[in-house]
Amino acid sequence: MQDTPSNTPRERIAKLSRALDRIVDRRIKVMEVCGTHTVSIFRQGLRSLLPASLELVSGPGCPVCVTDQAEIDAAVSLARMEGITVATYGDMIKVPGSGTSLLEERSRGMDVRVVTSADQALSLARNCRDRTVVLIAVGFETTAPATASVILDARSEGLENFLVLDLHKSVPPALKTLASDPLVKLDAFLLPGHVSVITGLTPYRFLPEEHGIACAVAGFEAEEIMIGLLETARQVKTGRLAVASLYSRAVRPEGNPAARAVIEKVFTYADAPWRGLGIIPSSGYVIREEFAQFDALKRLDIPLSAVPPPEGCLCGEVLRGLIEPPSCPLFGCECTPNHPVGPCMVSTEGSCAAFLKFHQGGDNPWED
Amino acid sequence: MCLAIPHRIISFIGSNRAIALAGAVETEIRTDLVPDAAVDDVVIVHAGFAIEKLRQEDGAELEKIWKEVTELAGYPE
Repeated sequence: MQDTPSNTPRERIAKLSRALDRIVDRRIKVMEVCGTHTVSIFRQGLRSLLPASLELVSGPGCPVCVTDQAEIDAAVSLARMEGITVATYGDMIKVPGSGTSLLEERSRGMDVRVVTSADQALSLARNCRDRTVVLIAVGFETTAPATASVILDARSEGLENFLVLDLHKSVPPALKTLASDPLVKLDAFLLPGHVSVITGLTPYRFLPEEHGIACAVAGFEAEEIMIGLLETARQVKTGRLAVASLYSRAVRPEGNPAARAVIEKVFTYADAPWRGLGIIPSSGYVIREEFAQFDALKRLDIPLSAVPPPEGCLCGEVLRGLIEPPSCPLFGCECTPNHPVGPCMVSTEGSCAAFLKFHQGGDNPWED
Repeated sequence: MCLAIPHRIISFIGSNRAIALAGAVETEIRTDLVPDAAVDDVVIVHAGFAIEKLRQEDGAELEKIWKEVTELAGYPE
């Protein structure tokens, strides 16, 4: 360690890579579950620095990718309703529903607005009192507190034309499902940085304690990810399993209590559908009865019934880390970022989009 | 979707809104979720809301990990 501060980043990465080579002495499978990690790993070519015996797979870390087909169809059907303005984060707008996408509905003249904050959706409602604004609220623990905050604002302001299509999901129950899946067979999780900012470390303790899975929360720079992988490899080698935080400048062990308090106030838990993972118990944040007046599912007549995924689409297998994106027959031919079939190709944080854009030797599909 | 970007708070507008700077870009953010945020704090902003203050890296923690893994890997040679 004495020489690390003076090393260049390239030298430190090389040293981390060599250390991984030495520590990993059997085949281990590590899953990262954060879209920002997915992109960072591909963009920086980190997979090429890993020992062959360390298999790094991308899990369900992109909220858009795990949004169920029926939920996407519900969002699209909202856009077609009279008097409705749909406010959506940019990642969702191109996701194909069973029929059309929000983008296609917008091109047909429907009122679909892209927002970068739940607060902007609330402003739209304040400024367009003759329309009902519906925020398509996707996201994990990182995003749910923002939605909860604007619901509280809407109530205190008496805004009656603001609704939320609440599709928020909780990460720890999904990790439990993956940890229990006999096909997935994980040795370690590289835990999500920004979800953990809110949750803290406690909700992950069951992974080492009950499932024998090593865990490390890591930041997003190349060196931070490599150190996170080293920590998981160290835990596997020594058998001293834990939830390690290597992102202490942002993640406190107790998380962000203020954000969790807002979540608790507005949402409760319910079973929720995840693309590729099925119904996961207590994994959905649903709006409490007390705030039902802001719940689009309750206020509007929106169908939300099970819909099969697009034919041939293997996003589900990709999200469980069972296959790499190129193993999907649609990858790169029928399914591209410009014409996505499945959500893993739509979101810039999706495994398929990241693989296609950054993987060594791959063409950049955005340049044509 | 879970992307979060560090911003420096440069001024407050009321109790739960601030103007913050990321690079050369000035943005209005909400600070409800970080009640003790103050001017000059660097906060991580996700979907328009500050979700945490960014602290100085805990160098000791990384140092410890480095030491353990390099020992485990047989460094220094």
